[in-house]
Amino acid sequence: MKPPHRSRWTGLAAVLVAALALASCSPGDLGSSDGDKVSLTFLVDNSDASVRPAEGLAKAFTEKNPDVEVKVEVRPQGGEGDNVVKTRLSTGDMTDVFLYNSGSLLQALKPAETLVSLKGEGFLGNIQDTFFPTVSAGDEVYGVPIGGAMGGGVLYNRAVYDRLGLQVPKTWAEFMANNAKIKAAGVAPVIQTYQDTWTSQIFVLADFHNVAAAEPRFAEDYTANKTSYARSPAALKGFQRLQEVHDAGYLTADFASTKYEGGLRQLAAGEGAHFPILTFVVGTLVANHSDQADDVGFFALPGDDAAKNGLTVWTPAGIYIPKTTEGAKLKAAKEFLAFIASSEGCEAQTKAYAPTGPYVVKDCPLPDDLPRAVRDMLPYFDAAGRTTPALEFVSPIKGPALEQITVEVGSGIRSAADGAALYDRDVEKQAKQLGIPGW
Amino acid sequence: MAGPRRRHRAGSVYPHWFYLPAAVVYGTLFLVPTFASFYFSLTRWTLFDHEFIGLENFVVFFQEPALVKGLTNTLVYAVVTSGLKVVLALPLAVLLTSDIVGRAYLRSVVFFPVLVSTIGVGITFTVLMQPNGGLINDALAVLGVRGPAWLTDPSSALLSVALVDVWKGVGLATLIYIAGIVSIPSEYFEAARVDGAGRFTTFRHILLPLCRPATVTVVILSLIGGLRSFDLIWTMTRGGPGFTSDVIASVIYKQYQAGFFGLSTAGNVVLFLVVTVIVLPLSWALGRKRVEL
Repeated sequence: MKPPHRSRWTGLAAVLVAALALASCSPGDLGSSDGDKVSLTFLVDNSDASVRPAEGLAKAFTEKNPDVEVKVEVRPQGGEGDNVVKTRLSTGDMTDVFLYNSGSLLQALKPAETLVSLKGEGFLGNIQDTFFPTVSAGDEVYGVPIGGAMGGGVLYNRAVYDRLGLQVPKTWAEFMANNAKIKAAGVAPVIQTYQDTWTSQIFVLADFHNVAAAEPRFAEDYTANKTSYARSPAALKGFQRLQEVHDAGYLTADFASTKYEGGLRQLAAGEGAHFPILTFVVGTLVANHSDQADDVGFFALPGDDAAKNGLTVWTPAGIYIPKTTEGAKLKAAKEFLAFIASSEGCEAQTKAYAPTGPYVVKDCPLPDDLPRAVRDMLPYFDAAGRTTPALEFVSPIKGPALEQITVEVGSGIRSAADGAALYDRDVEKQAKQLGIPGW
Repeated sequence: MAGPRRRHRAGSVYPHWFYLPAAVVYGTLFLVPTFASFYFSLTRWTLFDHEFIGLENFVVFFQEPALVKGLTNTLVYAVVTSGLKVVLALPLAVLLTSDIVGRAYLRSVVFFPVLVSTIGVGITFTVLMQPNGGLINDALAVLGVRGPAWLTDPSSALLSVALVDVWKGVGLATLIYIAGIVSIPSEYFEAARVDGAGRFTTFRHILLPLCRPATVTVVILSLIGGLRSFDLIWTMTRGGPGFTSDVIASVIYKQYQAGFFGLSTAGNVVLFLVVTVIVLPLSWALGRKRVEL
């Protein structure tokens, strides 16, 4: 009985030892710091608007601090990118510094468990107070801003407006009246680009300034499950208007098969007059259609009341440090964040990529040669009460299926009321996943 | 303890612990994840922590509006692709086993799409199927036909992807049929010719019944392939426009992408059960067939 028994256990032990030896060689061991030189890796998404400023910052920072090298690493955008970030954080395999959304998406990373708190760091004093709620959890602050604020609204072709003698609309009724005249003149009034599904959400998301103007408590009540898109008449309007422009036949003919770059081309060429979108695409517009860039202006998505007309604003993304960054790297990472949140940091970003809106770092003037569409956006920031942060920055809950639902509503597959009700259920799933009280 | 030892002495020449390496690999890579996924399907899981919530994920998953659509779409897709493959592959195989010029070359042409990566095929056809400026609709326009908006029209998106799947998979089905036809003894055909049977009669009464095993294989393979289809649909439409071309696998993938890890695991458990329910009786029936033949 004994001898075979022992050999059985020996075999098991050998396999276990081998498995343990394999498991201990995790990729985290490959980090490098030769001598006094510290090397930081910096993970950003692969869009132009992220990579170019990030590389500009890395270069400028290394010029200033020759003993720290910053390597930019890219990841996919959207849902796939979210999963890369979540998986790397939860397995302790995150880069030393990384870029990620501020606002509701940040909460899903469980910042208290995974990120280094920056509370008490001196460089936070350089940042405008409006930014902090979007990168905080509890009392702690976790990130510094990269890039400028963005507006969600309507890019429009000024040449078409001049030719038809139109005025920038302040209310939805004026907007629809303009659309009727534009259509009569043989131009497609509204450009939509549903091959990039996220672009379909603008009528709903950029309407939030108007929702908040009508129902100032909407964000709190929405987070507490006391109101919702289907229940609130003001919020439902976003879905209804998306359906309205489709039903009126105002969309470009190939809206279902166009990507947003194609939409920008149609706008620049005057084939379409309005393009509801986020202003970060202005960089692409200038790069691809520099001759017509001055023909393109911008206005906020109009609501019911001209007196309350204002802009829904997307705050910049954040730069965060995961808890796995320690020692000399942590010190260097904090220095890098301090650099990003300084006027030198803004300058490096401006040099690398045309700003899409005002910076939220203090003493960061914008250059004079801004594209026309970005200049049109600035007056909203100058007057009090004319900007509202988008809902995803004042509530932790954003349903992940909104873009598919708005594609359906915007293509006439599903009615506005039905779409809003479906989105409510999507929101409920997300709220439960985040463990928010009241759901 | 006594039982296995006795069996070991009687049957195998190797001690049992020779099985251990394979058992460890199989256990850690297959058994543990499978049973862990049964557990995680009962939790709300964020990768950072998880909370036990009983069967709620399954309730939510079955209420998912895209799921009903996804289930019907999966069935439609599987039936359409496997039906079309049979209908197209059989005549192709008959043609490619007859005496024609350049037979070997034509066979490789038919088989070629099978070798191309699915993602590559998907991206290529997405470009070809562009409603404005895509090659397919431009070609149709020359003939005076206004082509449909293949992938962006909710009523045709799923069928367009199914057509591409057929284009890609018909080569394999043809190959199976060719093997089936070639293995029919030529005596049958000679006897039929002596009895004065024409080409159609030979096809109907000799070829068709005798290549039934090939038909069964083609149907089963393409049906299973259709049921678990994901890559082509995801590359070409991402389940869109909206939810109109979602299949079960893409519904599950979207839950995973949205960070609903517990929910998507529950979806995978459901998919596992569905596939088991379909495949177990099938493989049992096939096994019996083999004995009968």
